[in-house]
Amino acid sequence: MGTERREIVIPSQILGDAAKFKAGRGTFVEGGNIYAERLGIVTRQGGYINVTAVKGRYDPIEGDFVIGIVEEPMASSWLVNINAPYPALLHVNEVPWDVEFGETERYLNHGDSIMAKVLQVDAEKKLQITLKDRNLYKIKGGLIIDVEPSKVPRIIGKKGSMISLVKKYTRCRIFVGQNGRIWIDGDEEGIATVIQTIKKIEEESLTYGLTNQIETLLKKDAKDVH
Amino acid sequence: MKSDIKLIDGSGKRLDGRTPDELRKIKIEAGVLHRAEGSCYLEWGNNKVIAAVYGPREAIPRHTQNPLRAIVNARYNMAAFSVDDRKRPGPDRRSREISKVISEALEKVVIMEQFPRASIDVNIEVLDAEAGTRCAGLTAAGVALADAGIPMIDIPVACAAGKIEGQIVLDLGKEEDNFGAADLPVAISPRTGEILLLQMDGHLTLDEFNKALDLAISGCYTVSELQKKALLNKYESIMEVK
Repeated sequence: MGTERREIVIPSQILGDAAKFKAGRGTFVEGGNIYAERLGIVTRQGGYINVTAVKGRYDPIEGDFVIGIVEEPMASSWLVNINAPYPALLHVNEVPWDVEFGETERYLNHGDSIMAKVLQVDAEKKLQITLKDRNLYKIKGGLIIDVEPSKVPRIIGKKGSMISLVKKYTRCRIFVGQNGRIWIDGDEEGIATVIQTIKKIEEESLTYGLTNQIETLLKKDAKDVH
Repeated sequence: MKSDIKLIDGSGKRLDGRTPDELRKIKIEAGVLHRAEGSCYLEWGNNKVIAAVYGPREAIPRHTQNPLRAIVNARYNMAAFSVDDRKRPGPDRRSREISKVISEALEKVVIMEQFPRASIDVNIEVLDAEAGTRCAGLTAAGVALADAGIPMIDIPVACAAGKIEGQIVLDLGKEEDNFGAADLPVAISPRTGEILLLQMDGHLTLDEFNKALDLAISGCYTVSELQKKALLNKYESIMEVK
């Protein structure tokens, strides 16, 4: 890899022979050829051809940590917007509190934000989320910003390298949801730096060596951290 | 309609100086709106069309949902100021028909099984009209869908052919459409050559029809290259940001 240019493909572009390669994410096979099914960047790895989307809606996968906004409390569950094409269901059995029937509003109401985990995605794309995991709770205070869901892996970095860098230099608490919502809490100056940095990462997500670039940038601002 | 306008002059040139198999000038720009998931601005001659894609999102009203796949909801609309006389705003029989045929054409290329119960909304707004707006609208919608990152098996493209002064020509202009003998808009899937939309206004013999269809399809391939160039232009320029 190294200085290799990233290759952008558009839907219906031929990527290779289906006999030689395996069709991975974001591709389809027709008549012995592999084609791209969406706008994205091609990666060829271990015999697989994948297309990583550069844009598009969040596609929920079981086990993803997401930030949701409660849309509607119902008798024994809540409907939560997690930025997917469909609202997600949060059942009272999946929260850490003991909720009486019909008293869901007392715990979570319209507009409240939660950190949640995607529990189940079925064939019909009916979504269920849960609060029963470590570090999942209702969000109080802080700020939530939206980014392009496809840029989330870049913001987190390899094994969290990028985000831990941002945390270290700004002394903010940050939670990155896989659905493109990011929660930031800390002092005002720190939050401003985090937002600025994340926007920069989002804009330049395709350049190589971005983590080092960001580190020098953050170092300039925060001289007290070593 | 009879008129004394000469649509083709002695040297075989058309009113706007084009040869019979020449397209009007086309300009395509992807990703022009920041609220929409994907968008496209297209100029085709004096047609000015903007297309915006929203979704996939939950289909509303609920009875339109399909539990197995998504639906494509295209809405073609002409602005009141897009024509010579003011067009009465709102959907009419013509725009509802065009919305329907465009929706059906787009449904053939979008991989809809990935989004059960959802709808993909495509808004096509005609800002300035000069014959061939449904082709321009569908072409813009194709680019907007790809720009929105929606999985699809091909980028649809449309182009029209017609008959004026007894001769088959490509891509009718305004006078040619009004005073010509026939108009044949065609949309294809350029990878497979499959026809997605085919309408005809006026009369053509079988020979003329086949000739017009071939001409329109060859026009589609030309426009398809412009579509791809527009998409690559936008995303390659993003990558070059240092």
